[in-house]
Amino acid sequence: MNYISIRNNQAIPVHSIPELEYSLFLEQNVFSLLKGGASHCVNYFGFPHGGKIRLICCIADDEQHSINISSSVVDVKQSLPSFSKHKLVFEKFEREIHENFGINYVDHPWLKPVRFPFNRAAKDSTIAGYPFFKIESEELHEVGVGPIHAGIIEPGHFRFICNGEQILHLEIQLGYQHRGIEQLFIQKEKLLQRVTLAENIAGDSVAGHTVAFVNLWESLCNFQPGRDLQLGRTLALELERVAVHTGDLSAMCTDIAYQLGSAVYGRLRTPVINYFQIWCGNRLAKGLMRPGKTNFPFTHELAEELTRLFDEYERDFEEISEELFSLPSALARFEKTGVITTEQAAIIGTVGMSARMSAINRDIRSSHPHDLYPELQHQPLIKNHGDVHSRGRMRKKEINQSIEYIRELIQSLSKNVHRPGQLAGLSRGSFAISLVEGWRGEICHCAITGDTGELIHYKVKDPSFHNWLAVALSVRNNEISDFPICNKSFDLSYCGHDL
Amino acid sequence: MLDNLKILLHQGKQYIPDVTKAKVPGIFRGKPVISTEKINENELMEICPTNAISANPVCIDLGKCTFCGECAFAFPHKIKFTTDYKIATNDRNNLIIREKRYEPVQLNPELIRKEISEYFSGSLKLREVSAGGDNSCELELNACGNVNFDMGRFGIEFVASPRHADGIVITGPITENMAEPLQLCYDAIPEPKIIILAGTDAISGGIFEGSLALNRSFLSKYAIDLYVPGNPIHPLTFINGLLELIKKRK
Repeated sequence: MNYISIRNNQAIPVHSIPELEYSLFLEQNVFSLLKGGASHCVNYFGFPHGGKIRLICCIADDEQHSINISSSVVDVKQSLPSFSKHKLVFEKFEREIHENFGINYVDHPWLKPVRFPFNRAAKDSTIAGYPFFKIESEELHEVGVGPIHAGIIEPGHFRFICNGEQILHLEIQLGYQHRGIEQLFIQKEKLLQRVTLAENIAGDSVAGHTVAFVNLWESLCNFQPGRDLQLGRTLALELERVAVHTGDLSAMCTDIAYQLGSAVYGRLRTPVINYFQIWCGNRLAKGLMRPGKTNFPFTHELAEELTRLFDEYERDFEEISEELFSLPSALARFEKTGVITTEQAAIIGTVGMSARMSAINRDIRSSHPHDLYPELQHQPLIKNHGDVHSRGRMRKKEINQSIEYIRELIQSLSKNVHRPGQLAGLSRGSFAISLVEGWRGEICHCAITGDTGELIHYKVKDPSFHNWLAVALSVRNNEISDFPICNKSFDLSYCGHDL
Repeated sequence: MLDNLKILLHQGKQYIPDVTKAKVPGIFRGKPVISTEKINENELMEICPTNAISANPVCIDLGKCTFCGECAFAFPHKIKFTTDYKIATNDRNNLIIREKRYEPVQLNPELIRKEISEYFSGSLKLREVSAGGDNSCELELNACGNVNFDMGRFGIEFVASPRHADGIVITGPITENMAEPLQLCYDAIPEPKIIILAGTDAISGGIFEGSLALNRSFLSKYAIDLYVPGNPIHPLTFINGLLELIKKRK
C-alpha cells in the first residue's frame, strides 16, 4: 500500500511518507483507509513545498492502534476534486487548506472561511464579510449573537434562523481568537517559548495541549521519558478532566437556573484546581510540564494530599449528583434536548466526549494509548442518547472513572523510575505526530523538521475543530432558549479552534 | 427541600472571609524578589520566554512575565517568587520589579481619576471582552464570582451589555479579528468608564508578542486604569486590585 503506518508519538523521516498522485491519494484515504467506525481522520493539512503544497493526510486505525500517513504534492492553481464530496468528515480540513493556500476544490459543499488567519490566501476577505447561509422567507427571522457574549466567554458569532421560538438553523462563525499560534511555533525559537505557546493554546486544556507538545518534542529528539515524567503527565490529564467536568456541571446547573447545583459543583472545582497550584504553583497547570524534565516532581507528600482531597470531594460530589440527576425540573431540561444521533456524529466525525455520548467508541486513551494509559487499560464510557442529559451523565461518570485512575496511579508511585538524560537536538528531516485524549477529546499535534533540524511546520488540531458542527446541528428544532444549555453541555473551545 | 438543606449544610463555610488577608495554598508564584547577588545577567535574560527580564540592575517586568518560574529555578539565590498576590497597579512602571525592591506593588493614587471613587466605590459593573484570550483569565474572572471569592459582596459584577457597564475588562493579546468588536463595545459604554487589562497577554501581548495576527492599536488611544498581571490572573489579584482602585479616597 502507498502509506506508512506509524504509532502514536513516533518520529519518521519525512521522505519515508509516500507521495501519491492526487487521484490515488484521494482514492486511498477516502475509500480504503477510512472505512467503518474504527478509523478516522486525525489530521489533514498542507505546507509549502518547493513552490507547491504538500498535503499530508493522517488516518488513525483505532483497532490496529496505528496511524496511516500518506501525502500528495499539488499546485496551488490546480482545481481539485474534494474528499468532502464522499466523506463529510474532511469538510473543515479542506476549507482550512483552501483558506490557507487558495487551493480550489471543485465539488466541495461550500468553501467557507474557517478562521480568517493573518496569512490567508484571500487577503482582501475580512471577518466582517463572512458569507452566512440565508433563507428567504416571510415567516422566518434571524437572530445574531456575538462575537462578544453576555457572560465571561470567548468570542464567536452565532447566527440563528428561527421559526418563532424554534431554531431551524444555526451557523457558528469563528476566527475572532486567531493569534497565529502555528506560525509563532516557528517564529519563537527557544524551547521554553514553544512550550509556553503550547500551554497558551487553550487555558482550559493546558495539560492536554502541553502533553501533546512535550510528547511530540521528545519523539523528535529521540528521548524516552522515565516513568516519573509519564506519571506526572497522566495525572495532570486526569486531574484536568475532573476539574473541567466539575466546572461544566456547575455551568449546566446555572443554565437551567438550579442555583444549588451551580454553587456546589462550582466550589468542588476549587480544591481540584488549587491542587495544581500546590503541585506546580499555577491553578491551571501552566509550568508543570516540560520536554525531557519537570520542575515539579510528584512526591509521596503530594500523593497523600491528593488522596485526602478526593476522599472529601467524592462524598459531596455524589450527594449533589444524586440530587441533580433525580430532580424532575432538571431532567425536564436535560432529557431529549440538543440531540446528536449516532448517525449524525459519524457523518460529522465528532471526537472525544461528543462522540462517546452518541454511542461512538472513540477515545485515544484506549485506541492509541500514551504515557501510562497502557497500564490503566482504559475502557471508554459510552452513552446512547446524544442529548444534554447524556453529556451531563457522561461528565459525572468520567469524573468517577478519572478519580479511580488517579488512585491507581498514586498506588503505583513506588514503581517510578527516573531516567536521567539530556534532550538532544531535533532529528533532521523528520515528521512526528502526537495524539492525546484531552477532556474534550482528541488533540493532535504534528511537526516537520528541515534538513538542518530546524522546525519548518507545526500543526495543531483541537477537538473543537471537529465538534463545533455538532453544536450547530444539536440545536435544530429546539427552542432558542435552550441554546445556552446545549452549547454549555459541549463546552467547546474558541481559541483552540482559532489558534 | 430537606435534601437541599442537608446538601447546603454539608458544604460548610466556603467563602473567604477577608479577601485582603487570605493566604493562597501551596507554591503560588506572585511578586518576585530579586537579590543583589552577582550572576551572569546575560544568561538570566536568555532564559525568559517573553523578554521580561532586563539587566544592570536586574529587573522583572510583571506586565511581560508569564510566571513560569524558570529564572528562579536557574538562579534560586537571585530570584524568588513570593506568594504575594497583590500585584495589580494603575501605574505601568510599578509593574517593574527591581533588585532589592521589597515593598509591595501599589496603586499610584495620583493617577486615579476623581470620578472613579466618586461613582464606582460600592458599585462597579464591568463588561468582559476576550480578545484572543486563551480562556484561562476568563476562567479566573468567572471564579471571582463563585462562592469562594464572592466578588459580588463588594458590588462588583460582570454584566451582559456594555450599556449597563461602568468599564471594560480586556483579556488576551487583542487579535486583529477582535479589534473592531472591542472598539464597538468600548464605544457603547456610557461615560465615565474605566479600562482594565487582565493578564500578561492583555498587558504586553505575553508569549504572543510579535505575532502578525494581533492589532493592539486600541491600547494606544486610551489611559489604562488598572493592570492585573498573571498567566492567568489569580482571582485575589483581581479583586484586591479593584478594591484598591475604587475605594473611597479623600
